[in-house]
Amino acid sequence: MEAVKKHFFTDISVMLGRSMRHIFRSMDTIITVCITPIAMMLLFVYVLGGAIQTGADNYVNYLLPGILLMAIASGIAYTAYRLFMDKQRGIFERFHTMPISRSALLWGHVLTSLVSNAISVIVIILAALLMGFRSSAGILPWLAVAGILALFTLALTWVAAIAGLSAKTIEGASAFSYPLIFLPFISSAFVPTETMPSVVRAFAENQPVTSIVNAIRALLSDQPVGNEIWVALAWCVGILLAAYFFAMRVYKKRV
Amino acid sequence: MPNHSIQVIGLHKSYKQQQVLKGVDFEVEKGSIFALLGSNGAGKTTVVRILTTLLQQDSGTATVNGFDVASKPDNVRQAISLTGQFAAVDEILTGRENLIMIAKLRYLNNPRQIADTMLQRFGLTDAADRKASTYSGGMRRRLDIALSLVGNPQIIFLDEPTTGLDPESRIEVWKIVKELAAGGTTIFLTTQYLEEAEQLADRIAILHEGRIIAKGTLSELKQLFPQAKVEYVEKQPSLEEIFLAIVGKKEAM
Repeated sequence: MEAVKKHFFTDISVMLGRSMRHIFRSMDTIITVCITPIAMMLLFVYVLGGAIQTGADNYVNYLLPGILLMAIASGIAYTAYRLFMDKQRGIFERFHTMPISRSALLWGHVLTSLVSNAISVIVIILAALLMGFRSSAGILPWLAVAGILALFTLALTWVAAIAGLSAKTIEGASAFSYPLIFLPFISSAFVPTETMPSVVRAFAENQPVTSIVNAIRALLSDQPVGNEIWVALAWCVGILLAAYFFAMRVYKKRV
Repeated sequence: MPNHSIQVIGLHKSYKQQQVLKGVDFEVEKGSIFALLGSNGAGKTTVVRILTTLLQQDSGTATVNGFDVASKPDNVRQAISLTGQFAAVDEILTGRENLIMIAKLRYLNNPRQIADTMLQRFGLTDAADRKASTYSGGMRRRLDIALSLVGNPQIIFLDEPTTGLDPESRIEVWKIVKELAAGGTTIFLTTQYLEEAEQLADRIAILHEGRIIAKGTLSELKQLFPQAKVEYVEKQPSLEEIFLAIVGKKEAM
């Protein structure tokens, strides 16, 4: 057991190196993850944006947080896909018959998801800058935004791990992400929730995306974040813990 | 310490309603080639999965290299490696990268050098920097076996290593297995081809409907049958011999 623990970080770094190679050899995964959110941003800013009253003078600023969450929700589907392929192809069996830490395998995939989603988030922010996104926020608020996004990515990646490990088909492994991608539409990401009918509004105001979007928006525009940031963090940590717990259970049961 | 690399006593395993293993006993001597012979669905892979710590048995005990597989899986994993039915190579990585990855995971010094040696030994040097997805079935199987040999494990499990291979590649795999055994490695192999067991194994056990119905050396098994009547028949070449002769591989054995 000692040896296994000692090598935990070696194992993780080898696993991370492996799946990062997978990503850089199929750049299309990052491109697809970026294209839909950028197209969505173009659509909302240049087609629909004129008719949307948000009270903000710069609609790109208003829109960006929700777009980033959308990109992450579609990016994590690839983690489910890669886990499913590993399970399917027998490479898991090879690793499991070796004296390496079992959870290092999952952590390798999870860290890869963090890195690849960070890349897409940066690409999308650059696109937003071209479209007129401006922020007066300093280093600290930006770090806070990065932290929230990382936490959100981690939480959803563990959800993806559950899907990837328990799916029977390749379609099943990625289908779970569709509702997640859709979630920003029923939130404060594109329009203020005040305009929604009461039932929808109640849902929108109490689902995680709204508090995360509001917190990021406030941070980027140098506004006081109030309670929203704590609600946002609570959602992320809560989902993260629950998903991690279930993913590990599925992992131990299946392999 | 007994001279057994593997010892299995009263192994039972069921999946839901279906009883797959109904009390399996056998032992494998250190440094020998042991073949578990059986038709599809006889439970061969289940035995392999239990011995390689991938699956827990319902009852009975199995020790590998002196360690109980259920209670000391980490110790067992130090001594074994598995080449499963489907080549477990990373298709997106190159052959060389696959080998380096496994060498790193075995915490060996000089992973690059180990990779080079293996590539040469298995005739994969020319294909070393191509993605494994571009390899032929035989090359993939060779890479798969090479990956299993990184770090020189004492006991190697080969689960139907030649299923789906063409005759040439099959003979290559046989050659590798014989070389390994000559070097002192214990080999546990499952197969559904009688010829394969006959060619390779020091001892053979026949698994049928969840039980070992016969075991022993080839000559011991032959004695279970009545003395053969001696007849003289002109020997016809088998299709395999014809194929190999035409392809120009005259008895590569």
